[in-house]
Amino acid sequence: MATWDPGPVDQRPAGAVPADDATLVAALRAGDESVFVALVGRYQRPLVRLAMRYVQGEAAAEDVVQDTWIAVIRGIDGFEGRSSLRTWIFRILTYQAKSRGERERRTIPLSSLLAADGEPDGPVVDPSRFLRPDHPRWPGHWSAPPTAWTSEAEARILDGEVQGVIASALEALAPAQRLVMTLRDVDGWTAEETCVALEISAGNQRVLLHRARARVRDALETYFTGSIDV
Amino acid sequence: MTLEHDDLACIELVELVTEYLDDALPPGERDRIERHLAGCDGCATYVDQIRQTIAAAGSLTQEDVPAPVMARLLDVFREARNSGSGG
Repeated sequence: MATWDPGPVDQRPAGAVPADDATLVAALRAGDESVFVALVGRYQRPLVRLAMRYVQGEAAAEDVVQDTWIAVIRGIDGFEGRSSLRTWIFRILTYQAKSRGERERRTIPLSSLLAADGEPDGPVVDPSRFLRPDHPRWPGHWSAPPTAWTSEAEARILDGEVQGVIASALEALAPAQRLVMTLRDVDGWTAEETCVALEISAGNQRVLLHRARARVRDALETYFTGSIDV
Repeated sequence: MTLEHDDLACIELVELVTEYLDDALPPGERDRIERHLAGCDGCATYVDQIRQTIAAAGSLTQEDVPAPVMARLLDVFREARNSGSGG
């Protein structure tokens, strides 16, 4: 091959995606396969997750994502840069997923996902961990503050076992909370990108993220402190 | 609720953490939170643990794209690029 040698295969191909859209789009138009592979690697999982909002099951979602990539390949010459490339790709996904979901009559409106969250406005930390509002000196201050995690615990946060705790905690969240926290914290999206992709308000996005992070922190706290009562 | 000074109660602060970390609070609110955090170990620990939770979620291993899926997409990519246009 006359192309440059990318060196050993990178386990995190996302690093090979050019940071600015102009370079990225130029590379795709020029047929740069390493950039294309890296781009697919970066967005495949978030795209599948988003598609699952509209179609039933992971296999159907993966089909939608494949169609999206094909539309991206065929449409890249016409991309005008009026939005970011990422926004453009996710718009194509939403369009593809919605039309397929409508054909299957299976679109789950986010409003019903939000409604399925139950307890909309409850506190995220158990109120019994705070002093009562009529406490003479420190109303609403911690009575059972969180214990700082030991440095051993912190060092283990990247271990497989702890990663498993986080993955299960995410899995146990209400669907809308899981979707928002996964996009924001696992995939590293900004608040704005998440709102655009999910078609939700900034306030909604924040409430879902807030509840989700608090739950996952609780799971880590429970794990690190064992079964000791707090 | 009457407080002796403009301090936040911890039970209020924990509900503002996400806005605080997203830098979505007005400067005055942000300052109140930072003043509180400077003097409250419980809340400082809580915020630190939320940050660690975010970092830990960000380090979750993402599955690779299945090889057959990538192979098929690369075929489409090559074909479209070699034909010289998007159509």
